[in-house]
Amino acid sequence: MTEFRTERGGRVDRSRVLRFTFDGRAYTGFAGDTLASALLANGVQLLGRSFKYHRPRGLLAAGSEEPNALVTVIRDAARRTPNVRATTVELYDGLVAESQNRWPSLSFDLGAINNLLSPVLPAGFYNKTFMWPRSAWFALYEPRIRAAAGLGVAPTLPDPDRYAQRYAHCEVLVVGAGPAGLAAATAAAATGARVILCDEQAELGGALLAEPDTEIDGRPAGDWLAATVAALRANPRVTLLARTTAFGYFPHNNVGLVERLTDHLESPPAALPRERLWQVRAREVVLATGAIERPLPFPGNDRPGVMLAGAARTYLHRFGVRVGRRAVVVAGCDAAFQAAVELSRAGVAIAVIADVRAPGQVAGPGEQAARAAGLAVETNATVLGTRGRLRVSQVLLGRVGPDGAVTPGASHACDVVLMSGGYTPSVHLHSQSRGKLAYDDALGAFVPAAPAERTRSAGMARGVAGLAAGLDDGAAAGAAAAGAHAATHRHSSRGLDGGLAGRPGAPPQPAALVPPAKAFVDFQNDVTTRDLALARREGFESIEHIKRYTTTGMATDQGKTSGLNALAIVASESERRVPEVGLTTFRMPFTPVTFGSLAGVARGDAFDPVRRTPSHAWAAARGAVFEDVGLWKRARYFPVNGEDMHAAVNRECLAVRRGVGMFDASTLGKIEVVGKDAATFLNRLYINNWSNLGVQRSRYGILLRDDGFVYDDGVIARLAEDRFHVTTTTGGAARVFAMMEDFLQTEWTDLSVWITSTTEQWAVVAVQGPRARDVLARLVTDVDLSAAALPHMAVARGRIAGVPMLLFRVSFSGELGFEVNVPADYGAEVWAAIHEAGREFGITPYGTEAMHVLRAEKGYIIVGQDTDGTMTPDDAAVAWAIGKQKPDFVGKRSLERPTMKHPQRKQLVGLETLDPRIVLEEGAQIVATRDQRPPMKMIGHVTSSYHSAVLGRSIALGVVAGGRARSGETLYVPMPGGDIPVKVVSPVFYDREGARLNG
Amino acid sequence: MLIIDCPYCGPRPELEFAHGGQAHIARPADPSQTTDDEWTEYLYLRVNTKGVYAERWRHARGCGRFFNALRDTTTDQFLATYRSGEKPPVGSAARSAP
Repeated sequence: MTEFRTERGGRVDRSRVLRFTFDGRAYTGFAGDTLASALLANGVQLLGRSFKYHRPRGLLAAGSEEPNALVTVIRDAARRTPNVRATTVELYDGLVAESQNRWPSLSFDLGAINNLLSPVLPAGFYNKTFMWPRSAWFALYEPRIRAAAGLGVAPTLPDPDRYAQRYAHCEVLVVGAGPAGLAAATAAAATGARVILCDEQAELGGALLAEPDTEIDGRPAGDWLAATVAALRANPRVTLLARTTAFGYFPHNNVGLVERLTDHLESPPAALPRERLWQVRAREVVLATGAIERPLPFPGNDRPGVMLAGAARTYLHRFGVRVGRRAVVVAGCDAAFQAAVELSRAGVAIAVIADVRAPGQVAGPGEQAARAAGLAVETNATVLGTRGRLRVSQVLLGRVGPDGAVTPGASHACDVVLMSGGYTPSVHLHSQSRGKLAYDDALGAFVPAAPAERTRSAGMARGVAGLAAGLDDGAAAGAAAAGAHAATHRHSSRGLDGGLAGRPGAPPQPAALVPPAKAFVDFQNDVTTRDLALARREGFESIEHIKRYTTTGMATDQGKTSGLNALAIVASESERRVPEVGLTTFRMPFTPVTFGSLAGVARGDAFDPVRRTPSHAWAAARGAVFEDVGLWKRARYFPVNGEDMHAAVNRECLAVRRGVGMFDASTLGKIEVVGKDAATFLNRLYINNWSNLGVQRSRYGILLRDDGFVYDDGVIARLAEDRFHVTTTTGGAARVFAMMEDFLQTEWTDLSVWITSTTEQWAVVAVQGPRARDVLARLVTDVDLSAAALPHMAVARGRIAGVPMLLFRVSFSGELGFEVNVPADYGAEVWAAIHEAGREFGITPYGTEAMHVLRAEKGYIIVGQDTDGTMTPDDAAVAWAIGKQKPDFVGKRSLERPTMKHPQRKQLVGLETLDPRIVLEEGAQIVATRDQRPPMKMIGHVTSSYHSAVLGRSIALGVVAGGRARSGETLYVPMPGGDIPVKVVSPVFYDREGARLNG
Repeated sequence: MLIIDCPYCGPRPELEFAHGGQAHIARPADPSQTTDDEWTEYLYLRVNTKGVYAERWRHARGCGRFFNALRDTTTDQFLATYRSGEKPPVGSAARSAP
C-alpha cells in the first residue's frame, strides 16, 4: 500500500492484488484499477513524452479523452498494442506496458532537445522549413521527421486474434450508461421496446461510478445504480454492452459499436474473439454521452501533475487514489471547488484555489463549500507559470487588476495542479449524424440542435447539468424514443448539481509573459496558444485552415479536450464570438478502432471471393502459375522442368504457332440476348451491323459508351434469328450486363428483349494452332470441321466427347482456332479429354501470358490495356467494324464531334525497337526527338510489350499522336538508361495476310 | 449504410444497390439531330444539388431493376423512391431546391 492509495472506498477490489510492469519496473495495483490509476497509486505521474517537443507528460484525464498517457501494452511479440490510453487500460495480473516516444528513457529523453529548439519550431514549421530542395523531402526530411515524431510502434507479425462482427436491430439504442443513459434505457424498456445500451467503460454507471456521496431518490447512488442495472439486465429485451464504444454514426441510424472482449483479461480464452463489431440499426437513438472537462490554457499547464479537477475526483472516488500530496486548484468553473473540497477531505493538502473566472461570479455550491471548509481562495487570479522538471513543483499566480493589468502574486509549492475550465458536451455522435449544433452562451460550449437523423441527446450531452435534471431528461428522452409519453416520475438527488459551466479559452495572459512559457491547448500534438495566435497573424481565417496549419485537434484524441479552447482562442484573437469562428467537422471514429474489428473475418482466404475456372484443379496439379484477373484465378503459364516465365511463355507460344495449344477461356463474360428485337437491340448498342449476320455465324463486336470511347469488345454469335450469344471481356462482363439492362429498362422500353448472364454456365476451351482441327476431329463426330463447312467465324452445335457443345471457329491467336463451349459442369472432363486427344499432336496448355503475346503478334487489342477509356474505334484501329449505314448506335453521335476526328489523336501503332533484344516497359512514354530534358513533350506511350518467340525479337503496341501517319518514323522511349529508339510499324507483326487464320 | 426502399422489393440495405447517377436525363431520340452543345450537355452536364436530388439506383444484387429516388444530399434521407418512367411524387418535388 502506498501513501497515495486511500484506506478505503472506491470501486477497486482491495483483496485482489495485481502485479504489472511499466517500462520494466514492477508495481502492484488492485482489480478494478486502470493502468493509469494503478500508476498514480504508485506515485508515478510521468507517463509519456509529447509528440513534437518530447516534453514530459503525465495524466491529464481519467477517461478516453486522455491526450498524454499513450502507452504500448504488450502480451507477446504479435500482440503489442501501441497508442492506447493508460486511462482505458484495465489492469490484469502480469500486464506489461511501456511508454512511447522517448529515447533512451522516459525520464531522460534526447528528443527533448526539440523543446529547447521550440522557438524555431513554430506552427507550420514543417511546411515552411522542409520545402526545398524538393527531392530532399522524400529522401531526407520526411523519413527523419517520421522517425523522430514517433508514436508507438506497431507489431510486424500478423494479428493472431479473431474479430467478430454482428448486426443488430432495436427500437432504441442508448449510447452512454451514465445517469441520463440509464434513465433513458429504463424508460424505453418500460414500453416493451428492444433496447441496446452501450458504454465505453468496463462498468455501467458513467459519472455515478465516482459519486459515493450522492443520493438518488433518497438512496445512495451506488444502490440506485446497482438496482437499475440489475433491472435492465433482467429484461430479455434489453442488451447491455459494457466496454463498447459507439465510434461512428452512419446514415439512417446505423451506428457502429466496437465491443472489447478480451483486452482486460489476464488469459483470454482462445474461443473468444478479441473484439466484436456491432452494426446496429436503431429506430431511434438516444445519445447520453455526457461531457468532457476542459483544461485551462495557462503557461506550463502540461507538466506532469497538472490534471483535470474532475479526473482527480474520479481517481479518488472510483479508484481510491489521491493524485498528490499538495494541490493548487485552478478554478475556471464551480466544479473545481467541489474537487478541492473532496480532495481536501481525503487528505490532499489544498495550497490555494485560484479562481480564474471572470470577476463577479455568483458563488456556486462548490465555491460556498470550499469557503466553508476554510480553503484559501484567491479571486481575480491567473496563472503565470509552473515549475518542475519531471513533475510540477510550483505554481506562480498573478492577480488581475480591475483594469486588466496583471501583477505577479505568490508562488505555491505543490505536486499536483487541478484545473477545470468547464465541461464540453460530447456532441461527437450527434454531429457525425449531420445534426446541427448551437452555441450555448451560459455553458460556453456547443450543444446539439436540429437533428438530421431520428436521434436525440439527453443529459449533459445536451448541456442539462445536475443529477436530477439529467435523470429526468434521460427518462423523457428514452420514453419519447420508444414512442411513449414522457415519464411522470421526477427524480430527486443530492450532490453533483451544476457548476459545470465554464468559460472556454484562455485565462488572461499578460503579453510580456507569453514567451518563452508555453500554454498548451492541444496536448497530444503540442499546439500552444502562441501557435494559434501565430496562425491568425499569418492570415489564417477559417478554423478548418487553422486546424490543418497548427495541427490542433488532429491527433489521435481528435481534440476532445482541446477543440473548444482552440476555438475560443481563435475567436478572441480575431475579435469574433466562438460560434462565428465555426466548428471543424466531427468525424468517426470517436476513439481509435482496430483494423481487426473493421476487417472481421474478411482476412486471408476470406478477404475476397475467388472464382475458379473448370480447369483450375487440372492446372494447379500441373504446377501452373496463376494470376488474379478481377476475382478470377487464371493460369498465367505452365512451367515445365523448372522453366522461368520467359522460357515457358516462349515454348507455349511456339507450340500454338507450330502445333496446337489449349487455353481456358471460361472467364470471358457471356450474355444471352433473346427476343424478337434482339438484333435491333444489338444494332443500337454495338457499333457493328447485326442485321446481316446470318444464323450460325459470329462477328467481332465493339461497344462504346455514349461518349464515343471504346468500352468493351467480344465475339457475338447469332444462334437463331432471335437469339445472340454475346461475349465480353473478362473484367467487363458485369458492367456490360448493367449497361444493357440500363438501356433496356430506361431508354428502349419499346424493345422486346431479355438478357441473361451465362458466364458461369459455359466452360470455354480454346484450341488453337495448325493442328487444332486434328485434335477436335478425334472427339467431334457430328460436326463437319472442314474449312469449307465451318469457315472462320462460323458456329456449330454438336457433341464433344459425348457432351453437348457450342463450337465457335474463332481465333485470338491468329492461328486456325476453335472455342469449345460446353456446360460448365462438364468443363473439367472436356478439358481433360481434349488434352488426352491432343497428346499425339503435342498439345500444349498455355496461359494468359502466352495468350497476350500471341494476340499482340497479331495486333489484336485488349480493351483496358491498349485502350484507356479515351480511345475511339479509329484510335484503336477497329473503325472497320462500324456499321456505316446505321442511323445511330451508342457513341455514334460523339464520334462526329470535331475533337474525335482530330488527326493528332493518339492512335494505335506497332513499335519495333531498333535493338530487337530490348523489350520496352509497358507504360513507358514516347517522345519524337532524342535527348530531351524534362519536362519532355510526350506524344504517346507503350501499351503492350513482349518478346515474340516466333519473330525472334521484341514487339510492342503503343498509342502515338497521329501515329498512323508516322509509319516508318523513328521515335524514342526515354528511360533511365537513355533513349531507346523505336520504329513505328503496323500493329500486325505476324501473318499480315491472315492466311493462317483461314487454314 | 443507407436503407433504400426498392419500389419492387421494399427496404433493403445499400449494399444491394448500385448508384446510377442523376435521374430524368433522357437520351435524345435522334442524336444525329442534336447540336454539339446539346449532345455535350446530355453527356456531361449534371447538377450537384445541395438538397433534394433525383437520382437513379439499381437493385443490382436484388431484382436488378433501375428506379428513381429523391434524396436530400444534406442529410442522406430519402423522400421517395419510384419506378423508372414515373414522375417524381408531387409534394416531394415541391421541396426540391437545387
